[in-house]
Amino acid sequence: MTTEQAMANERRAAGQEPGGQAEGRRASASPRKNKASRDGKGGGRRRPPGDGLRPSAAIVPPQAVAGRALTLVVAIMSFLACITVGAVSVIDEAANAWSGDLVREVTIQIRPAEGVDMQREIDKAIALAEGMPGVGSVRALSDGETRSLLEPWLGGGLDLDTLPVPRLIEVAVDDPDIFPVADLKVAVGREITGGSLDDHSAWTERLASMANAMVIGGIAILALVLWSMALSVIFATRAAMAGNKDVVEVLHFVGAEDTFIAREFQRHFLLLGLRGGIAGGVFACLVFLVLEFAFREGSGIAGADQVDALFGGFSVGLVGYLGVLAIIFIVTVLTAATSRYAVRSHLARLE
Amino acid sequence: MIRFENVGLRYGMGPEVLRDVSFSIEPQSFQFLTGPSGAGKTSLLRLLFLSMKPTRGLISAFGHDTSTLSKSQVPGLRRRIGIVFQDFRLLDHMTTYENVALPLRVLGQQESDYRSDVVELLKWVGLGERMHVLPPVLSGGEKQRAAIARALITRPELLLADEPTGNVDPSLAQRLLRLFIELNRLGTSVVIATHDLGLMEQVDARRMILSGGRLAIHDD
Repeated sequence: MTTEQAMANERRAAGQEPGGQAEGRRASASPRKNKASRDGKGGGRRRPPGDGLRPSAAIVPPQAVAGRALTLVVAIMSFLACITVGAVSVIDEAANAWSGDLVREVTIQIRPAEGVDMQREIDKAIALAEGMPGVGSVRALSDGETRSLLEPWLGGGLDLDTLPVPRLIEVAVDDPDIFPVADLKVAVGREITGGSLDDHSAWTERLASMANAMVIGGIAILALVLWSMALSVIFATRAAMAGNKDVVEVLHFVGAEDTFIAREFQRHFLLLGLRGGIAGGVFACLVFLVLEFAFREGSGIAGADQVDALFGGFSVGLVGYLGVLAIIFIVTVLTAATSRYAVRSHLARLE
Repeated sequence: MIRFENVGLRYGMGPEVLRDVSFSIEPQSFQFLTGPSGAGKTSLLRLLFLSMKPTRGLISAFGHDTSTLSKSQVPGLRRRIGIVFQDFRLLDHMTTYENVALPLRVLGQQESDYRSDVVELLKWVGLGERMHVLPPVLSGGEKQRAAIARALITRPELLLADEPTGNVDPSLAQRLLRLFIELNRLGTSVVIATHDLGLMEQVDARRMILSGGRLAIHDD
């Protein structure tokens, strides 16, 4: 009330208004004002007619923050992060699929030896495998199938009796959880002359190692991308602070706390991060969809068949798209938090 | 309210710009701070406003020793002080209205609660028609009035003004002086740094005269 009273008194002293009139007007206005203040309403009613005030401008001018360039940087970083997440999810899903397929089939191989009746050994091996729990079907490759397998290397019209060609028995596993691979391996080695079991574990281990290495590499790339983005935001925040030195000074002069100033800057960077994150994420999703479509159609993309054979079709699953959403969220939060940290550390250095 | 004891200030390794300055600002007091250019008036105001720390001596503000103040305590004390800078320090991207309302925004008040007060104060300082205007198109006098309005809007306990009438015509200078006197009468302590002898002669107030970094006080 001090300022208002001083203004009223000064008006009287200046002879601009009769004291009684000024006081009377104030007295009649004050109860309305006080009521409005108490109930938190009436802001519109209290607004002088025709004041035409615009919505309050941001304390930190948006154009002073390196907006467009930094938004583009954040969008590119988000895009790269989303692509990395998508690729990792594709590899992870493919590796899981490979592992699943491989444990569902093992192969018994019987090498020919002097004085050994191959057919008898094959029958023994089939009986041995069929006696194991979890086994679905057991089938020896016919002579025709064996010839077909060897045809690319040895040519057609092959006489298997004249060559020491190993015979293969496919064992399809219905329930990998109860199928005793190790027991069957030991039994085949002990009871079948020239017999051995290939459970494809060497392949599984190599594929798993490769997949794990790629996932770790992807996570490392993701961390580097996010770290680069955080550094970009720190530099941009410092530039914004330097460009808004006057704003920061004035805010300090009017009693603003560092948290208030940091919040004003953070607000800009939060929106900037959200815009950049969404732009990068949406573009990455479009790329995923285009690639999925292209590989599904196989429309002349070199290596599409190989990719299909390796990955079972290029498809970013739900996990990949959820990863994109997570990246947008992380990018937004990281941008805001990094700018806040940069502002606070800058203000802490100020005297 | 604020007390200086043997305060000295130097910038870097330069000479002392303030030497053994001792005085106190009492509640509801009115004083002029004067002296030749370069005497250290602005530096003294900055010390009063807690935006600098002395190189020696003791400053006590509102019962707090400023040398032991944590950084987080300073904003709370600054809110009890209003300051008008010689160079106005208005934010160019905000309208006159928004500049004046800034301290209230910083305090977290809702615009609907302070709008009429800000508009009324702007009208009183003669900026009612200029409240939508950005500072770059304001004249020097208008900027001065906007800066004064910004300092007054939170009703500070202590008002510091650096050449507050330096850019206004005599009639507005009279009105501003009367406002400062009224504010003082109603409880606000006022320190006006000025070269204007004519302004000082209109009020029987304490004069703090800085010369060569030393302060002489002439009570009214």
